[in-house]
Amino acid sequence: MNCAEFEVLLHALIDGELDAGHARELEAHTATCSACAEKLASFRTMREAMSGAALKETAPAHLRTRIETALAVPRSRVISMRDFFKPTRRSFFGGFAVGSALSAAVAASLVLTVIRNNQEQTIADEVVSAHVRSLQAGHLMDVATSDQHTVKPWFNGRVDVAPPVVDLTAESFTLLGGRLDYIDSEPVAAIVYQRRKHVINLFVAQHLGARRAHTASESIQGYNIRHWSQDGLDLWVVSDLAGEELDEFVQKIASALRRPSGAS
Amino acid sequence: MANDAVAEQEKMRRFRDAALPHLDDVYTLARYLMRNPTDAEDAVQECYLRALRHFDSYRGPAMKPWLLAILRNVCNAEFARRGKEEVPTDFAQDEAVAEDMPMWQEPQASPEKLILRQQDSATIRQLVAELPEPFRETIVLREVNDLSYQEIAEIAGVPVGTVMSRLARARAMLRSAWNAAETATSRPATASRVMQ
Repeated sequence: MNCAEFEVLLHALIDGELDAGHARELEAHTATCSACAEKLASFRTMREAMSGAALKETAPAHLRTRIETALAVPRSRVISMRDFFKPTRRSFFGGFAVGSALSAAVAASLVLTVIRNNQEQTIADEVVSAHVRSLQAGHLMDVATSDQHTVKPWFNGRVDVAPPVVDLTAESFTLLGGRLDYIDSEPVAAIVYQRRKHVINLFVAQHLGARRAHTASESIQGYNIRHWSQDGLDLWVVSDLAGEELDEFVQKIASALRRPSGAS
Repeated sequence: MANDAVAEQEKMRRFRDAALPHLDDVYTLARYLMRNPTDAEDAVQECYLRALRHFDSYRGPAMKPWLLAILRNVCNAEFARRGKEEVPTDFAQDEAVAEDMPMWQEPQASPEKLILRQQDSATIRQLVAELPEPFRETIVLREVNDLSYQEIAEIAGVPVGTVMSRLARARAMLRSAWNAAETATSRPATASRVMQ
């Protein structure tokens, strides 16, 4: 090890990038060369001073807003600004992405709405996927029983909510059982009902998309979807059952939730 | 069509989750490369849009070095667009000058024994900002963005050995400037110490 080699390798040493063998060689060199030992000490001091100093910048809030806004706009608009989409709120938004600071601030208040809607969309898609998955043989139930007093406690410790499990046999919705599922990477309670040959999955979690007091209806890949929020729970219902019959099911669940005594 | 839209939104969400946490790192490098806040902000925004465009083909490395590599390309493209007007950002020329410099430049006015003292953050930032490229970006990637030699090598498109020699030069230059700043700010004290 000569002094020229030492001058380059000492940096790898203080950066922790040097293998043990070379590190020992460097130490041996400092024992015999006081000039190099001093350099090493001096660079160490400087490195420590630098790591203690606030050298990192914080991105200004308006830049963060600008980027979040740009990322909330459909990709093709951001990049080409071509008129792919008919004028919607989102394309109206596209104009904001390149606007002034003032309009960026306005956009920031709108961006939440758009992101939330996007999240809802994502969850609707995942709910359908989970439903389809559940229909494959052996995937429908973790606990298979028509006894609500068995299904409800089964979820204890598996999800962080006590899902409503109600007996709707009188209304000809048969309780089949319950299952732990995952939506948006979160564990959710899935309660399974059946009317005639149609399976209904009721997904319940604390946060599953936008909070909405009124039931939202939607249809993806031929499956009917309903979702709403009640008592701090987000509920999603999906089935191939006809829309009106699914609405009936939603009503029963919602009214059972309003009467906790009736639910148990 | 509806599924495409859903997939697009899902991608956007994954991209935001993966890329936005590194905004401060990206902005920091942009500040040191572009040297003014407005240009830095434009570069950061362009970086994120480009990253989103290439997110489909992203398979690693880690997100932070990937974003920083894109940012570096954005900045270099901007400098290329501006032409050679801005001498300080002409990498090739800076490097040629720097190659001629001795690896170890003894501080002229201060004795070797002068111990580096704590400089305040603003002064250190200024000293780093005054380094010529490619030494500035190398030391920022190492000391501020906290990347490994291998990651810096991949970003700069040079062998690890080059990263090591650039870092050695960067720190040598920085140390000289540091000592000079020290001497300038505490001249009376230093002078009396030297005379003793």
